[in-house]
Amino acid sequence: MNKLVMNRRKLLTAGSVAGSSALLSGCDAFDGMLRGDSPVRGFMESTANGLSYRVQRFLIGGHALAQEFAEADILQPMRPNGITAPSDGAYKDLQAGGFADYRLQVGGLVQKPLSLSLDELMAMPTRTQITRHDCVEGWSCIAKWTGVPLSAVLDRAVVKSEARFVLFRCMDTIEKSLSGEVKYYESIDLVDARHPQTILAYGMNGERLPVPNGAPLRLRVERQLGYKMAKYIHAIELVDSLQPIGAGAGGYWEDRGYEWYAGI
Amino acid sequence: MNSDSASMGDPQAAGSAKRPLIHRQFLSTRLTHWIWAFSLFFLLLSGLQIFNAHPALYIGDQSGFTFDNAVLRIGAERTSDAGRIGYTEIFGTKFETTEWLGLYRDGNGIIQSSAFPGWMTIPSFYDLATGRVVHFFFAWIFAITLLAWLIASIFNGHLRRDILPRWRDLSALPRDIANHVRLRFHHKRDYNILQKLSYAGVLLVLMPLMIATGLAMSPGFNSAAPWLVEILGGRQTARTIHFATMLLLVGFFVIHILMVLAAGPLNELRSIVTGWYRTDAAEKEGR
Repeated sequence: MNKLVMNRRKLLTAGSVAGSSALLSGCDAFDGMLRGDSPVRGFMESTANGLSYRVQRFLIGGHALAQEFAEADILQPMRPNGITAPSDGAYKDLQAGGFADYRLQVGGLVQKPLSLSLDELMAMPTRTQITRHDCVEGWSCIAKWTGVPLSAVLDRAVVKSEARFVLFRCMDTIEKSLSGEVKYYESIDLVDARHPQTILAYGMNGERLPVPNGAPLRLRVERQLGYKMAKYIHAIELVDSLQPIGAGAGGYWEDRGYEWYAGI
Repeated sequence: MNSDSASMGDPQAAGSAKRPLIHRQFLSTRLTHWIWAFSLFFLLLSGLQIFNAHPALYIGDQSGFTFDNAVLRIGAERTSDAGRIGYTEIFGTKFETTEWLGLYRDGNGIIQSSAFPGWMTIPSFYDLATGRVVHFFFAWIFAITLLAWLIASIFNGHLRRDILPRWRDLSALPRDIANHVRLRFHHKRDYNILQKLSYAGVLLVLMPLMIATGLAMSPGFNSAAPWLVEILGGRQTARTIHFATMLLLVGFFVIHILMVLAAGPLNELRSIVTGWYRTDAAEKEGR
């Protein structure tokens, strides 16, 4: 019996030493197989994100609304994130002129390409909603957004039947590298694009949209995370594939490893 | 599923009737146990990676930036003598946690600032995107396995017979606590009442709560079931509960391992790997 206890003790000691050193040598053990270009990571991302996308689309379809809140729930200024003061010359010129010369270009797979000024956008149907903004980092902030439903803009441009995604091109440079400057870009599918709460916002908390929050025009896609909601938008393009844009994943952050469907 | 899972003597061990080997664990129990062990490991380490992106927890719908509704913060700050410390602030009380939380020393001895140290996260460096990919992949496996286990356990009787405590089990509670305190374990086919309570708590409360609070953080799922995030007290409260439940699950894991070691690790491991378990001599098996 004593011998057995000794053996067991030895085994336990050996086991716990092995276990804790495996733990301490850490989790860099998995770093290699999780690099951006690794097939393991690609498999995990496409499986899980594809499943989340399909299940959520099945559950919420086209019309389930994101929660809306009361004025009393607006407890603080909207927290800006990402680029908060674009340094691009073209943007600064527009900003200096109070965005009077701003035009939103709507093109790609549409029958009537558009070029709309802010006044023209404001003359279109309006929607105001108090919603919770959820950042991919984990924080949330409630604010009131006013803008034109994206579906109204798409209807005016008349979307061609082969279009599958709406691509947003932005004025802010988010990355400067040897290979050049990268301006922010994002994309959503037509289900989200035609959702009643999906708006091109020009107003926030009862005022004109401030520069840190994306002036003069930003996207609100209330059933997804913050990085989908492109700021400083200057062009909307209807496309049938996301492959030719950037690295092909559909957005600036998506091309850097984040999921294209950010409903979770 | 095994049809022969009722308490039966192993024919091989029938001769040594003193301490008979019995078939104790269904295949479904053993499989799901190991899938959970594997996926919870990755869920924990990728979850800490995700937490590091915004290392604070709040109560309510939103995160207070100009008001204070935080219940936990982990970070690093400068001290008056130009040094830096890692701190953890719980309900407004600050504790220095340098080397563990807020600031840690990496493999090369260089001080790094992050809430949970790199050796506790997947990947070992800050990479929220990959943390999320790993987390959601294993979250799907974890949730599907829990559903499969629940269905199997309803049909094969595992849930009713082994997990759900009965009133007459509860009367054994004081004696069972005394036995555990003295590390005196009985090796029977059936779980004792403390085991039943803790397994039921983990399988039927903590694990479903983990999934519910996880889903409550999803803006897409919120539009499908706004009631869920509401009964959980708002998205940021749900996030806080998700974290607290993680701590309870880690606590369960530690006690679980200690109990396995104390009760005889080889026998316990055999039963959760092969299903076969050696019971005590004096005990009468079956019912």
